[in-house]
Amino acid sequence: MADSAADAGHPGRAIAIIPAFNEEEALPAVLAELRAVVPDLDVVVVSDGSRDHTADVARAAGVHVVELPYNLGIGGALQTGFRFARRGGWPRAVQIDADGQHDATQIAALLAGLDTGADLVIGTRFADPSGAYQVGRTRGGAMGAMRVGVRLLSGRRFTDTSSGFRAFSADLIAYFAETYPSEYMDSVEALLLALREGFSVVEVPVTMRERQAGQASHRNVRLAYHFVRLSVVMLSGATRRRAPVREAVP
Amino acid sequence: MNVLASATPRLHWLTGVAGVVLMLVILRLVRRRQLRAKYSLLWLAVGVAFVVLGVSPGLLDWAAHRTGVAYAPDLLFLVGTLFLVLVVMHLSWEVSRLEDRSKILAEEVALMRAELREHTGRRDDHPGDAGRQTA
Repeated sequence: MADSAADAGHPGRAIAIIPAFNEEEALPAVLAELRAVVPDLDVVVVSDGSRDHTADVARAAGVHVVELPYNLGIGGALQTGFRFARRGGWPRAVQIDADGQHDATQIAALLAGLDTGADLVIGTRFADPSGAYQVGRTRGGAMGAMRVGVRLLSGRRFTDTSSGFRAFSADLIAYFAETYPSEYMDSVEALLLALREGFSVVEVPVTMRERQAGQASHRNVRLAYHFVRLSVVMLSGATRRRAPVREAVP
Repeated sequence: MNVLASATPRLHWLTGVAGVVLMLVILRLVRRRQLRAKYSLLWLAVGVAFVVLGVSPGLLDWAAHRTGVAYAPDLLFLVGTLFLVLVVMHLSWEVSRLEDRSKILAEEVALMRAELREHTGRRDDHPGDAGRQTA
């Protein structure tokens, strides 16, 4: 019988958090791949106010499903996932895209990063030895600028600040369950937040695929807006005092 | 130079009336519970300022003189603009806070609904799914 996720806790297990907005087409393949490649991984799909059958498709695959009443954006969906993981007592979480661009065979590498004591493990596309991952010029430029910005603010060099293929420790799950950035390009903001709070962050090279279905949510004007917004966040964050919010380790 | 006091007595009269009407509208909204009392104080103060300016137009000239502003309406304009900017900033802050709160509410509602569903067993059209993924 399926045990109660809310009370039992899941020591030693990991949960995949999959934020999904209208991803009924790509999601079944992603879930099937996870089941085949990493059968021990629990899965929660957070349907972010989807208007299609995303939640039904996920339920049919037998995974946990959380349905947001309206669209919160990727950050809100992820935070919901972190809350779910914290409530259910999962000590490790992996964020996976619903569109199939993340390769399930790489999840082990991310989780292995956590086992070395890191709180945040970022799957890095550009460290990919095969060099397969390509981005457009505008997006590439913005990502480069983010890289420089993060480096200036944190003093650390990251090759891929906006990767959405990441693993989180129990401490970071608890922290992000309360304060995950809510707007687009959340990953850069989350990275800065984690660094500022003193969490340990490592990068692990991963291979990624091209997107399978669904629309990439990047348009140049939007990208420019969020770039400016994030710059403001970065600048304000640079002067903000560090708050003692890190929770005690259980 | 006494711009307001000398030139346009009708303006004072109108200012005073506008202040009184504003206060009446605010009080009415508060009574109907359509406006929180904390916001009403602000606008009541504006109404009072209108009435005061209407009743004693020399006040503005006096204030302009004291602050070294040559043309009294400039002072009025500056103070009014600053006031409105502050109010709008406050409202933006309020909206941000409300957004954060409604986001948390949405997340909690979604989680509770999911929990309920997993606890009570699926009561609707998905008899087969087991909540947990198993190989």
